[in-house]
Amino acid sequence: MNTLEIGVAGIGVWSPQWPSWDVAQAALCGKVEAAAEAASRPAPTLLPPAERRRAPEAVLIAVEAAQQACAMALREPRDLAHVFASAYGDLPVNDYLCATLARAPGEISPTRFHNSVHNAAAGYWAIATGCMRSSTAVSAGDSTFGAALLETALIARNEAVLLVVSDVAAVGPLQDVIACRSSFAVAFVLAPVTAHPSSRLRLRLCDGAAPLAQDAALLQANHQGNPAAASLLLLAALARRQATTLLANAGPQLTLEMEISF
Amino acid sequence: MSRIPPLAITAFTATCAAGRGRDALAAALASRTGGLRRNDFNDLSCWIGRVAGIEQAPLQAAWRAWESRNHRLAWLGLHQDGFHEQAQAAIERYGATRVALIVGTSTSSIGETERAYRELDEGHFNAEQRQRRGHAAHALGAFVQQALAVRGPCLTIATACSSSAKVFASAQRLLHAGIADAAIVGGVDTLCGSVLYGFNSLELVSSEPCRPFDVQRSGLSLGEAAGFALLENVSADKSAPRLVGYGESADAHHMSAPHPQGLGAERALRDALERAGLEPHEVDYINLHGTASRQNDEVEAKLIARAFPATTLASSTKGWTGHTLGAAGIVEANIALLALERGLVPGTLNTQTLDPVCGPQIQIDNREGNLRIALSNSFGFGGNNCCLAFAAGVAA
Repeated sequence: MNTLEIGVAGIGVWSPQWPSWDVAQAALCGKVEAAAEAASRPAPTLLPPAERRRAPEAVLIAVEAAQQACAMALREPRDLAHVFASAYGDLPVNDYLCATLARAPGEISPTRFHNSVHNAAAGYWAIATGCMRSSTAVSAGDSTFGAALLETALIARNEAVLLVVSDVAAVGPLQDVIACRSSFAVAFVLAPVTAHPSSRLRLRLCDGAAPLAQDAALLQANHQGNPAAASLLLLAALARRQATTLLANAGPQLTLEMEISF
Repeated sequence: MSRIPPLAITAFTATCAAGRGRDALAAALASRTGGLRRNDFNDLSCWIGRVAGIEQAPLQAAWRAWESRNHRLAWLGLHQDGFHEQAQAAIERYGATRVALIVGTSTSSIGETERAYRELDEGHFNAEQRQRRGHAAHALGAFVQQALAVRGPCLTIATACSSSAKVFASAQRLLHAGIADAAIVGGVDTLCGSVLYGFNSLELVSSEPCRPFDVQRSGLSLGEAAGFALLENVSADKSAPRLVGYGESADAHHMSAPHPQGLGAERALRDALERAGLEPHEVDYINLHGTASRQNDEVEAKLIARAFPATTLASSTKGWTGHTLGAAGIVEANIALLALERGLVPGTLNTQTLDPVCGPQIQIDNREGNLRIALSNSFGFGGNNCCLAFAAGVAA
C-alpha cells in the first residue's frame, strides 16, 4: 500500500494528570511523576470567558489540546482546516438527553440539544477562532485515533491541518456499555514535510489487526478505556525523540504503521 | 484551490419516505408525490418523512447485536438497486483492503440508547441492551463494514446535516492519494426522540408539511433515509456520472443558526467550483439545502441569487423527503445524479409563493432539460457546510 509522509509541527495534551504537553512530555520521559492532584477541567483562554465557564467538558478538553498544539506550531488557529475525532462524543450530554427523553421529553434544553452534535467541539473551536476552513468531526470506535490520523494526514500532504482526538469519561447508565473512565485529549498540528517540521511520520496501512501495543503498560497506567489514549505510544516516542516504528489500529482488521523520524 | 481529478460514481441508491431505490424516488419526483405524513412516530404535532416498513424488517438473527432502527434502514438501503452486489463486485475487483468505507450520520443509533434509558433496570441497562453494539456514533460505520465485509479504511463522519455530503470529499482524498482504489460512501439517519424533541425545542419544526423558500414557510419537517454510492477512478467507467468538486467550510458564527450573510456557505460553494474548474454559468441545477427554516432559506436564497445567473435552476426537495439530517447529503446527491441521468429538474414541493428574496433560479415546478453539471448543498449545526459538484458522464 502507498505511504504518506507528513510532519508533526505542534502537540497538545490534556488529561486530569497532564494539563499540558510539557507536563506529559516530562512524565513520558520519566522526569516527573504524574501530578498527584488531578485537575478538574481545563479553562482554555482561547474561549470567551462565558464559554469557558459554561461549555461542556468535551468541548473544553478538545479546545485546550488544540490551542496548545497551534501555539507550539506557531500557527494561527483560524488558518487551519481541522479534524476533531471522538469515539463517543459528549457522553454527559447524551446521558442528559436520553434521561430527559425517558422522563419528560418536552423539557429538553435547546442549548444542550445543539451541544449534542458530534461536531460540537469543532463548532465551538471554529466560532472561537474565527476559522472558516474545512471543519470535520469523525469517529471510528476503538480505532478512532488511527483512522482520524489517516484522515488528517491526507489533508496534511498539502497544507498544515489540526487534528484533535478526545473522549470524556462515561457517566450514568452509559457506563454499562462504554468503558471510558477518564478524560483525555490530544492534538497535533500536522504539516507537509516541505515545511521542515522537527519530526516526521511515515504512515502505511497494513492488513490485519495491530498486535497488542509493545508498551502496553503505558496505555494501562492511565486513561484506561479512553480510545484517544491509543495516541500514547506516539506521544512517548515524540517526547523522547526516539526514532521508531509503532502500530495503531485503524480499524478492526486494519493497522496503521507509523515510522517516526527526527 | 487547484482542480481535482474527477471520480466515477459507478453505483448509487437512496431509500427515503419518497420511495425505496432510485426508480421509486425518480417516479415520486416526476409525479410530485411527496412522502411526508402526519407524525405517527411520537406525540409531537408535526409532519415527518418516515420510511414505511422498518418495523417489519428486523435484522437477521446473525446481526442481532446490531439491532436498531438505524441499522435496519442501513440494511434496507444497501439492498436496493443492486447496490450490495455492485459493492461486492468492487471488493472482488480491487480486494477488500483496497475499498474504503466512509459513512455519515448525525444521531447513528441513539434511538436504541433512548430505548435503553426507557427500559432501565434499577438504574442500569438491561441485559439485552448491554449486548447492543449501537451506543456510539461509529456504530453505523462498523455495522456497514461488517455487512459488506469490506476491510479498507473506514470512518464515520458526524457533522450533523452535512455528514453524508462530506463523505465524498474524504473518499476523493483517499483515492487521489492511492490509499484505496474504490470507496463506498453513504449516510443513514433515522427518526428518534432526540431529534424530534430537540428540533422542536429550538422551535424549528413546522406543524404543517415543510414549504421550502415559501414566503410563509414555518419550519422543517424531519425525515429519515439511507443512501450509498460507489466511487472509482474515472477509467473504471467513463460513461458514469462524476464527482468533480467539493467544498467544505465552517461558518464560525453560531452553533444552530447560519451565518447571516451566508459567508461559510459561499466559501464551500466557491471551493467546489474551483476544484471542479467550473464557472457559475456552467451549473445547470443546484439541489439546495432548503430546510424551510426561516433563516436557512433566506440566507441560502440570497447566496444563490447573487452567485448564479438566471439560467441556473435550483430547488429544495425536502418537501418530498423531509430533512433527513445526516442522510440529507447522500439523498440529495442521489437526486442531483438522477437529474443528470434523467434530465429531470425537480421543483420545490408544497411551496406556493416564493419568498421575494429568491432569485429567478429557484423553481416551484418541475422542469426537464439536458443537464451537464449539478451541485448539492448541505449545511449543518455547528455552522458546518459542504457543497458537492457532479458532472454527467461522457457518452461512449
